[in-house]
Amino acid sequence: MSNTVIKETMISADVLVVGAGIAGITSSVELSEIGKKVILIEKNPFIGGRVLQMNKYFPKMCPPSCGIEINLKRLRNNPGIRIFTLSEVRMIEGVEGDYTVLIEKKPRFVNDNCTSCKLCEQVCPVERKNEFNFNLNKTKAVYLPFDSAYPSSYVIDHDTCKGVSCSECVKVCSYNAIDLEEKEERFELKVGAIIWATGWSSYDAKKLIDLGFGIYPNVVTNTIFERISSPNGHTNGKIVRPSDSQQDNKLIKSFAFVQCAGSRDENHLPYCSSVCCLASMKQAHYIREQYPDAEIYLYFIDVRSPGRLEDFFTNLQTDNKVFVNRGKIARIRENKSNSNLIIEAENTLTGELITREVEMVILAVGMVPNVDGVDIINKSLDENGFIRRDNQYGIIGAGVATGPCDVSTTVKEAAGAAMMALKILGRE
Amino acid sequence: MAIETKLGLFICSGCEISNCINIENLAATISKEAKIPLVVTNQFLCGSEAISKIKQDIAEQELNRVVIAGCSARTKIEEFDFSDISTDILTERVNIRELVAWSHTPNDEETQSLAEDYIKMGIAKARNSEPPEPFIQETSNNVLIIGGGISGLNSSLSVAEAGYRAILVEKEDALGGWLSKWKSSIPHNFPFTSLEKNDITDLINRVEKHPNIKIYKSSVVEKISGQPGQFIATIKNGSLNEENIGSVVLATGWKPYNANKLSHLGFGIYQNVVTNVMIEEMVKSGEGIKKPSDGKRPNSIAFIQCAGSRDENHLPYCSAVCCRTSLKQALYVNEKDRETKIFILYKDIRTPGESELFYKQVQQEENIFLTKGEVSSIVEDNNELVITLKDTLFGEDVIVRSEMVVLATGMVPSTYVDLFEEKGEDKLTSDGKKEAAGAEQGAKILNLTYRQGTDLPTLKYGFPDSHFICFPYETRRTAIYAAGCVREPMDSKCAENDALGASFKAIQAIELISQGKALLPRVGDESYPEFFLQRCTQCKRCTEECPFGTLDEDDKGTPKPNPNRCRRCGICMGACPERIVNFKNYSVHSISSMIKSLELPDEDDEKYRILGFVCENDAYPALDLSGLKRQQFDAAIRFITVRCLGSVNTIWINDALSNGFDGVLLLGCKHGDDYQCHFIKGSELANKRMENVQEKLKQLALEPQRVKIETIAIDDYSRIPSVINKFVESVKEVGQNPYKGM
Repeated sequence: MSNTVIKETMISADVLVVGAGIAGITSSVELSEIGKKVILIEKNPFIGGRVLQMNKYFPKMCPPSCGIEINLKRLRNNPGIRIFTLSEVRMIEGVEGDYTVLIEKKPRFVNDNCTSCKLCEQVCPVERKNEFNFNLNKTKAVYLPFDSAYPSSYVIDHDTCKGVSCSECVKVCSYNAIDLEEKEERFELKVGAIIWATGWSSYDAKKLIDLGFGIYPNVVTNTIFERISSPNGHTNGKIVRPSDSQQDNKLIKSFAFVQCAGSRDENHLPYCSSVCCLASMKQAHYIREQYPDAEIYLYFIDVRSPGRLEDFFTNLQTDNKVFVNRGKIARIRENKSNSNLIIEAENTLTGELITREVEMVILAVGMVPNVDGVDIINKSLDENGFIRRDNQYGIIGAGVATGPCDVSTTVKEAAGAAMMALKILGRE
Repeated sequence: MAIETKLGLFICSGCEISNCINIENLAATISKEAKIPLVVTNQFLCGSEAISKIKQDIAEQELNRVVIAGCSARTKIEEFDFSDISTDILTERVNIRELVAWSHTPNDEETQSLAEDYIKMGIAKARNSEPPEPFIQETSNNVLIIGGGISGLNSSLSVAEAGYRAILVEKEDALGGWLSKWKSSIPHNFPFTSLEKNDITDLINRVEKHPNIKIYKSSVVEKISGQPGQFIATIKNGSLNEENIGSVVLATGWKPYNANKLSHLGFGIYQNVVTNVMIEEMVKSGEGIKKPSDGKRPNSIAFIQCAGSRDENHLPYCSAVCCRTSLKQALYVNEKDRETKIFILYKDIRTPGESELFYKQVQQEENIFLTKGEVSSIVEDNNELVITLKDTLFGEDVIVRSEMVVLATGMVPSTYVDLFEEKGEDKLTSDGKKEAAGAEQGAKILNLTYRQGTDLPTLKYGFPDSHFICFPYETRRTAIYAAGCVREPMDSKCAENDALGASFKAIQAIELISQGKALLPRVGDESYPEFFLQRCTQCKRCTEECPFGTLDEDDKGTPKPNPNRCRRCGICMGACPERIVNFKNYSVHSISSMIKSLELPDEDDEKYRILGFVCENDAYPALDLSGLKRQQFDAAIRFITVRCLGSVNTIWINDALSNGFDGVLLLGCKHGDDYQCHFIKGSELANKRMENVQEKLKQLALEPQRVKIETIAIDDYSRIPSVINKFVESVKEVGQNPYKGM
């Protein structure tokens, strides 16, 4: 604890929003725009969450940063919101209307003076794995999480930074923005309502041992595929097979999407992750943009494109090199000679085994809620880790923390969560 | 101008700006040419010392215009906000970091001139703009909620419990909507395995008892006149009642797809083919599920999914809940006994999220058989219905014999007018899209007295807004929000959540409007368009082109503004050929003054000058990010940021060309079906107006290449240099503007 500064002052606000993804940001700006004081905390050094790792949204094929930009504008223009990044909830006590919350804030080592001028990055001698790109490339130990990151200030990775003995970044910063001796802080909040919007992570695809992720390089997950397809990703948006060099410009001729990779499976996730069908269809569009002639095979148990999103599926089927198949993929093997994949689908009724060789496989891996260790929250979860709507502690869930859903549903829920908070807080 | 402007210019030399631009020369030139007494340079302008010095200068010199030349206005917003000193201060940010120093050749004459020009334009804008004065009038705290089903009830209760007043209008004589016709609900809570009690009666009781809710039953909305914050709703229930209304939630729900159109599935032909709604009614009545032919319980029953849904001849979309409804109804059958053979015939079973657990549970029932396939025919044979399924998992056709068939029919929004029913015309096709003008063709529910139509403009298939993924409550009628199944097919829990969100937005609209502030996307903007009507020629462009139906018209066609309906995009300003529509801080004149503030190089200098208009929502951030990446592009272009490309008045293009610019480039959002324009029609209108511009170019004998619109999304920043450089090249190909120096 010697490295922790415990702040005596108590910060009061109307609402605490935990998690600054699209759900948390939405709840925060909505509430602040009717005059409520909001504290928004985020464990990452940036806000925006999971959607910022996505290339486009279905069904409009528009970039997520577009909506985030508008929301950031709302947020920046609003003095009613205080944001703490690199922060997590350590304890919650009290009841609806009167909570005391303990927050732990990790040091960023870079303060608000930072102008993101880049000089520190140029002199930093060490590198770290870039988890924003699923460790597929590296950044310096002092880094901007991604191009349009907000707060638009650098952050230092404590684990890789050589510390005070190096101090190259400190020497080059003209703005007094770096403090390598910054300490972790702990402080208490007093709030009337808590919105829990901690989002999701991908199910660990390595647990799907028959599907070859982590063994065969050309089996990737849907979230990694988003980074491969994104202009701000490690391949600058060029879809290349991990086994191939980016410079080769090799034409990829065939892709397969394996749906329900871990979802709807009692050995893994018993629930449906709701978005993976549409996400794969969207990713088929990414492929088509870059590879007009590639064959794209999708293997579904059931195709789930609810409501008007059905149009997105209908539209995809007009592509005569997109093949929609029913069946669960039983196994994936590698053709050692060319790093292609041989997928085996089993017809569950006839027992017939169908095989197909493709050059790249995308596993449509499901969503797992990010579960925090805080007591009250743990007691509010169902067996799958989602916040129960009928929880006993007045915790208001929003977004995927309450169940798998797409962005539009998340945003609606986040506004609904704001309403629930307003009911607790009252008008003035 | 009412008050004399006193302007101070503060230039930052930090972030390597001074490595690229000679700041001393810059300050001296500007001070001389733009006649500014106070020019301050600082190498760390956003630092706290410099900021307090600026604040001191503002106070001592009584400045009312502050021009900050440094980083992009998207950064350091709090630092350069001086509104706490006085609301009379107008701050203009000039971006010489991302747009100049970080994206152009250091210490180059052209780069220096670019920085000078940006600052001159910023000064011109500051001098020719005024701080906005919000439009504030007394507003009503009442939210009108139309529809007393699950969505309307939850909206009303939320509004009331939050301390506002709900006016609930229901056309039937009882509240509850469809839910009051259902016995049980599909499971919405963990463990999602059994049917849940339908608690609609409790909800109705709570609504009926709440003092903040006024209920009109057997009533319809005859008329809504006025504007948000000040609507007057006329409610008809025999008599006419007027209510003051601040904002509106449209929660009129859905109707079942007309099963009479499903004769191919035997409805209307075979007595024992019924719909899922009929099953609910049988169960709710207590009589139980009986065959219409003989009133006996069936020994077998088959549910046909997607009856009319996911079908290009009927409803091309999925109705989202029918799978779970059939699973529920199968359990209704099993509540009596487990002897009945139950078939559920589906294309895909759709049980999203944790409702998959419900599906798993039903699969375990021994008498329920789930079979995948598409129904190819259905005929009656010996008191049984014979259903043939194709496209099954077996690869061959499957025959199912059942005494009774339930069609899982889908949902149609209440806003949809079925021309087949109304007029005998069948227009239910996949492109049932209606634009603003076509709103009249939708159901008349709101009966707005708007020039652009009585109701919310609808999207494909007759659903009202929203088109936006990130902002699902955005509609094209300010402060009117759709909630529940009128908006898209959804289950009752989703409808409840949706109602909470929509009613929150309705409350927020009231709060913001009462302070004279704009709603999304320019939340908090206090400016609004003012019309100098003496010069209006009644051309009606503004009244027709406003995406939000802001303007009404008098008999002559003169626009009647309604500032509270306005979203401050400036499309009316862009539309007006007489230039009579202006905002205090964004006007035809202020932008023209920016263009005219520049002295362009002579023809002999062989230097090209391009004017760029860039949409602040997506294209401008893309420019910023391009700078952040240190991507280099041609120094010939000077950008002016606009609220939307739709706000670009073509006079600016004329001004640019007559002032000697060699070309004009507009960067904005995608238009068309999947438009990304935050003001719906802005970029589309800008494209249309370009046709007139091209006509004008022809008249002036100027080459068409000189003016161009490019679509730039926010993540297109790596394309920025090539888009700009290519345009500059194409202008260079046609040569300098012949009007230069004239």
